[in-house]
Amino acid sequence: MTHLSALPVLVPFLAGPLLVAVGHSAPRWFNDSVGALSALAATTICVLLAVHAAPHPFPYWVGGWRATHGMTIGISLSIDATGAGLAAFSGLLVTAALTYSLRYFEAVEGLFHGLMLLFMAGMMGFCLTGDLFNLVVFFEVMSAAAYALTAYNIEERAPIQGAINFAITNSIAGYAMFLAVALLYARTGALNMAQIGAALDGRHADPLVIVAMTLLFVGFLTKAAAVPMHFWLADAHAVAPVPVCVLFSGVMVELGVYAVARLYWVMFAGPLGPHADAVRAVFAGLGVITALLGATMCYLQRHIKRLLAFSTIAHVGLFITGVALLSEKGLAGAAVYVIGHGLTKAALFMCAGVLLHRFATIDEYDLHNRGREVPIVGVLMAVGALLLAAIPPFTTFMGKSLLEEGASGAGYNWLIVIYIAVSAVTGGAVLRATGRVFLGWGESEGPETPQHQAAQEDVDEERGPREHTPVLMVLVPAVLLVGALVLGLIPGAVPGMERYAAQFIVHANYRAWVLHGAHVSLPVLPASHISGSDYGYGAIATVGALLVAGLGLTPSWSAPQPRSALGQRLRAVVVGLRTLHSGHIGDYIAWWSAGASAIAGICLITLR
Amino acid sequence: MSFLPYGVAAWLFVIGLWGVVSSRNLVRTVLCLTIVQSSTYLLLLGIGYRTGATAPIVADVPATSKLVDPVVQVLVLTDVVIEATVTALLLALVVQAHKRFGSVDPADLRQLQD
Repeated sequence: MTHLSALPVLVPFLAGPLLVAVGHSAPRWFNDSVGALSALAATTICVLLAVHAAPHPFPYWVGGWRATHGMTIGISLSIDATGAGLAAFSGLLVTAALTYSLRYFEAVEGLFHGLMLLFMAGMMGFCLTGDLFNLVVFFEVMSAAAYALTAYNIEERAPIQGAINFAITNSIAGYAMFLAVALLYARTGALNMAQIGAALDGRHADPLVIVAMTLLFVGFLTKAAAVPMHFWLADAHAVAPVPVCVLFSGVMVELGVYAVARLYWVMFAGPLGPHADAVRAVFAGLGVITALLGATMCYLQRHIKRLLAFSTIAHVGLFITGVALLSEKGLAGAAVYVIGHGLTKAALFMCAGVLLHRFATIDEYDLHNRGREVPIVGVLMAVGALLLAAIPPFTTFMGKSLLEEGASGAGYNWLIVIYIAVSAVTGGAVLRATGRVFLGWGESEGPETPQHQAAQEDVDEERGPREHTPVLMVLVPAVLLVGALVLGLIPGAVPGMERYAAQFIVHANYRAWVLHGAHVSLPVLPASHISGSDYGYGAIATVGALLVAGLGLTPSWSAPQPRSALGQRLRAVVVGLRTLHSGHIGDYIAWWSAGASAIAGICLITLR
Repeated sequence: MSFLPYGVAAWLFVIGLWGVVSSRNLVRTVLCLTIVQSSTYLLLLGIGYRTGATAPIVADVPATSKLVDPVVQVLVLTDVVIEATVTALLLALVVQAHKRFGSVDPADLRQLQD
């Protein structure tokens, strides 16, 4: 069983280049089947690994270079239920995206499938590796494939710009992480995460360790699109092909949060243990800013893919606060929420894909009332919107409730307000778009944006509207939504996640099973129950989403003329926020540098 | 071992970032990105350096001789491969940007302004 550990990385790594090499001359069915079957095979192995590692996590030493006396020069894949489970979830979404692509693309070459598999190999390795340098290299592998996939429609203008912004921002993030790896290697002489953690234990958190930690976290939080390192995300999502967006929003962005959580508890929880309160405050603050900005920008969009992208930023903000609570409830809440949100967001992007495929536009106002031709997609989008608003009692609601309990447990009761507001605004924004597109509610002319004008000048002549929508393109999102509805309701699923989270956050555990081959068992926890107040918060968020949607669809409200001083000030803030998202790579990197310096400065001051 | 390599590495990282921020030409932007990355090479090599040591090739030197740390050199090699990939990809995108936008000034790329 343990010898299967490397296969989730190897299978797509071998199949991907094969498809790139021979795909252009091979028939379409060959590319489609090799792509989807490789993804399915790797996913199945990840599921097997997760099941096998669930009671007792284990390391797999590549080439047999094992650890002795807690030291290693070898590279480990460290398989536990959380990592292998996340890899399986990534694999599931890749498989779903490739299945959806069977009908989404009329003509597609092996290059697309090959890049998707390389992207998958990067994500798999990222989830499974126990080596810090490998983690950064897998980050680069998945990023490089992702840049190329973003620019897949290379003949259009917007994808070129989106891919350039994405590639430059994430490359700089990667280089910051290389610096951090070098600093930690200099300090500890180790590259294995568990061994670095052991070497840092019992030390004072000196400036070098804090700078290294900041560089690593800033890097991964760039992938996770934390404000102000988030600008690339909306651009990449707006322009990438829909099956690629499914992976970006569904899981890639969340992997950044996973890496921060993993590295914190494996490596930095020792030296930073005495400063847990400060860590909590800094990263909860970052999460809240991200959540609020994401939700605000989400509501302002008329480009539906971009709207969904900002909703992802808002939700990632919530996940960051969950990890920042530094408790098993917070972490378990984030994990459950990631699964529920990933399935929901994947399905919503696929619904947007149906609209784009059929009507050759993805603008909310241009699509006014045209969705009546495909009512079933409207139903799916409405269900997705309600799940985004964390409607009780489904998976996203379970995640949000755990976050709320974690927040009250840590004395951060005010976070509950943020959770409700973000759920209501993002769910409401998607509901608004659904109502306008599929029911013809609200106005058909919206506020003109530079982006909308630019899109109209860049209309691709070859891709006109179509008469017909393939069944498969509706079936795949429907299956994903059913998953998002029922997964959290399976008895034992959510309490199980809490136990894995409780195992995850014990600093010494990881080292014991990776370096010393110890059998680490799952802790037994008292079963937590969803309380009445959680259902109350859930109901408020759902009603809030309906109100937000109603507000957006009421003609007199959708573009209010500000009369009061407060209204004018709000309008100025909105205009300011929009101006920040200029699409100019220089601006983005200026914000990135400011954000990185600010986080480093705050950490150096508060974590001494 | 002086602090010079570390200082230069930090300088390269910051000046490269400034180059990306201030660039009016995407080719220059990509080159500045490689300057940011060269800071990682310098830092890694600086960390592995030992005064008076030879290259870590043990085929034709006595086993007792002083060697510089081979691990960081391997890391740099990986780093170089990544740089080559990303730079090639980015330059291809810049060529395509020139074709479609008729300009390589980032300020002229106006498809994604909010």
